[in-house]
Amino acid sequence: MAATLILRKIFKTGFVSEPAPHADAALRTREQALHAEILKVFGQAVAIRHVDAGSCNGCELEIHAVNGPHYNIDGMGVKFAASPRHADVLLVTGPVSRNMEASLKRAYDAMPEPRWVVAMGECACSGGMFGESYASCGKVANVIPVDVEIPGCPPTPVALLQGILAAVSAGRPHAAG
Amino acid sequence: MRIGDHDWSLDAIGRHRWRGRMEPGRLLALARAVKDEGGQLVALWGTDDRRDGAGFGIHAAFLTSAGLAWVSSALAADAPAYPDLAHIFPQADRMQRATYDLLGIRAEGAVDERKWLRHNAWAEDEFPLRKDHAFRPAVSPRGPEAYPFIRVEGDGVHEIAVGPIHAGTIEPGHFRFSVIGDRILKLEARLGYAHKGIEKRFEGMDLATGARLAGRVSGDSHSAFAWAYCMAVETAAAATVPGRALWLRALFLEIERVANHLGDLGYLGNDVGLAFGFAQFWRLKEDWMRMTASLFGHRYLFDRIVPGGVAVDIDDAGRAELDALARRIGAEARELKAVYDEHPTLQDRFADTGVCRPELAAQLGLTGLAGRASAQAWDARTQFPQTPYDELDVSMATQRRGDVLARAEVRFAEVHESLRLISDILARLPAGPVHAPLEPVRAACEGLGWVEGWRGEVVVAVRIAADGTLDRVHPHDPSWQNWPLLEMGVLGNIVPDFPLVNKSFNLSYSGTDL
Repeated sequence: MAATLILRKIFKTGFVSEPAPHADAALRTREQALHAEILKVFGQAVAIRHVDAGSCNGCELEIHAVNGPHYNIDGMGVKFAASPRHADVLLVTGPVSRNMEASLKRAYDAMPEPRWVVAMGECACSGGMFGESYASCGKVANVIPVDVEIPGCPPTPVALLQGILAAVSAGRPHAAG
Repeated sequence: MRIGDHDWSLDAIGRHRWRGRMEPGRLLALARAVKDEGGQLVALWGTDDRRDGAGFGIHAAFLTSAGLAWVSSALAADAPAYPDLAHIFPQADRMQRATYDLLGIRAEGAVDERKWLRHNAWAEDEFPLRKDHAFRPAVSPRGPEAYPFIRVEGDGVHEIAVGPIHAGTIEPGHFRFSVIGDRILKLEARLGYAHKGIEKRFEGMDLATGARLAGRVSGDSHSAFAWAYCMAVETAAAATVPGRALWLRALFLEIERVANHLGDLGYLGNDVGLAFGFAQFWRLKEDWMRMTASLFGHRYLFDRIVPGGVAVDIDDAGRAELDALARRIGAEARELKAVYDEHPTLQDRFADTGVCRPELAAQLGLTGLAGRASAQAWDARTQFPQTPYDELDVSMATQRRGDVLARAEVRFAEVHESLRLISDILARLPAGPVHAPLEPVRAACEGLGWVEGWRGEVVVAVRIAADGTLDRVHPHDPSWQNWPLLEMGVLGNIVPDFPLVNKSFNLSYSGTDL
């Protein structure tokens, strides 16, 4: 019976998001600090819309990882939204390829205010190894206004969470345009 | 080298790799001979050779019974063209179109001459990979580009357009579904959104920086691309790489395979509503990544494979730690496999969904993990092993069903085989240095690298200029061959099963958009 096996495995696994034998203690403190900050700023939750504007898919691996059980982002009030119309934060990865330039702008324009833009990873911050070329616009700030830049290739899940916090706790989002 | 009853006079350039030059007409004959003996076209690309007083070049890599054959034909400087290969190997279609978009080299007689990598970032008469192409900064943001999708017409048929931005965390690409009700009549993908000019970027780079860029062609296959690139460079420079370095490269490649398979198995569960599967596999994957970071300094092993060897070693304590984790993950993956096997909803959604039958897979060149799930029994680690795989006796996983279930089964089998290989590598790791600097390159040279990445075979062709910088690099991801099979596999399925089928292939956008 699958149900029996599932229940047995769940009980055996326990909570990995709470103090666990394998968890890094320093990491947990930061997770809890993030939690409190987000609650203070939003009183409830922050919705993120991710746009891959031409990434190598390395940053996406860490966005997936941060959705895993170790990080418990749902419990921290962080949610990934399916549409930019439902998002507070636009999380952009990659250098902006010229083939994604128009789509990225349209996603940004579709967001309600207040809105924040987080550029995730070396490429989004500076153009990275791909730079500016016939095919690449380079960094995200060359295309839309950026509030927070998270360096790293790719940034770790903790760095990603800290960057999201830095965006929403900055207080002064961009005006329209 | 003989293929069929003919000697094609190809020269060996390293183990299981061959090199030859011939007239375009003979290239076509070779393609037919390869097809007749059951081989495949793996990659196709072009070069601008006009600086050497020649014209252009067309290059193909064929998978043959003797290994990988890299064959080139010289083409005219004016209106360069070669005979269409897509009527023999359908997987050539998009590679030929990309070659035209980038270099203006035309496949004569090709049925489909629509643009592929070119959207509207450069003009129709501009060819950015030509050496004399001058980049003009974009004039202004352009609107959405127009692409002539193949229309399905009839009563009740309508289109669903998805992307380039998707609802989840997925790379950018556009999917055009033609449906009746929920049933898919046709799916056509429009890719190229992540095209960031990687091949142009390689030009003029030093060899070490090139390894970093190669690893970022598709981040989830970092070690596969970095190794294939380094193998190509080391072949070109006739360098000898220390044995311990080669064993460590294989260790990294298998770590990468386990990481990706664990993640995919979790998402496959998630896509049929089994959040338990996602949570469990992503817990294991995170444990794996943290171990990788603590032992080698990077969660995804970025920049650990470098020309001449590897940039990091492992000590005895590290070996014991990694071996223990590999055993624990193997045991837990077995428990989770029992759940997946027993779960009626999951089995119902996996079985007979997204089917690619073996005959179709052979005809269209389905490769790698997805190919093995459709009875395409190719795995370079088994049939054409480089060091250390020649000493590891890799067992290949195959299935015949060609559905989501088969692709999940292959992943389960490969997780266990890779964990076994990891323990074996850790136990038998030869002593010695992990790096030997390359001698400076003083004359133009070329090389080819071929690595069985987690998704399938990764091929990198490299030409180094006389000054020791990169003149031309072509990285090939197996997703080139497999994207068209995804389009075939979903036919007759319902639209809500598309995410599941798509995830079961998990193809790279960046790796083919370049």
